[in-house]
Amino acid sequence: MKKMAIIATKGTLDMAYPPFILASTAAALGYEVQIFFTFYGLQLLRKDLSDVRISPLANPAMPMPVPMPVLVQVLPGMETMATMMMKDKLKKKGVASLEELRAVCQEADVKFIACQMTVDLFDFDKSDFIDGIEYGGAAMFMEFAGETDICLFV
Amino acid sequence: MNVDKELDARGLNCPLPILKTKKSLADMASGQVLKVVSTDAGSVKDMQAFANQTGNILVSSAVEKGEYVFLMQKK
Repeated sequence: MKKMAIIATKGTLDMAYPPFILASTAAALGYEVQIFFTFYGLQLLRKDLSDVRISPLANPAMPMPVPMPVLVQVLPGMETMATMMMKDKLKKKGVASLEELRAVCQEADVKFIACQMTVDLFDFDKSDFIDGIEYGGAAMFMEFAGETDICLFV
Repeated sequence: MNVDKELDARGLNCPLPILKTKKSLADMASGQVLKVVSTDAGSVKDMQAFANQTGNILVSSAVEKGEYVFLMQKK
């Protein structure tokens, strides 16, 4: 069986997609998959994903309906608006929600590993995380990653 | 060719057509044929790649009235 390992380090809406898209697809293709969530990537393991957002600030590549000066992007509510617009667009274009992709991964036995060090560092409450995840460290990741066909850092 | 099951993947974008194809095939018997209709242009190459990697047979891949129609035979 082919294997794939992914390290997910980002917790924004845009950067949450690649790990879940690739993991769910690889699982559908018969890969054994593990995702190691560390630093901000841990946000993607929360039961409630509504805090996973996107900001236009310091994100010059984000396509905007109208050009927006940086000084406008810092105004209160801009991040909320950008997040709403992005979610609306994803839905309209038939792109799965993060919750949906994450559920597909879990159904397909993709193993989710939460970085214990980051959990301690940020004082995360494990009860905020979904069930069925494991906690581990770099060595645990290497044990699996060392035998994979594909290994990605997102 | 006889179609045993149909999957309407219209309006869905990558990777949903593949994920739903995989799910639809799960409870089918070997040799049965799944028809998938998609509006995602990317699914043309993705379905072929899915077949190549899973051993299921992509019997046909066609464009009909702007939609992509696939016949996938379960291995």
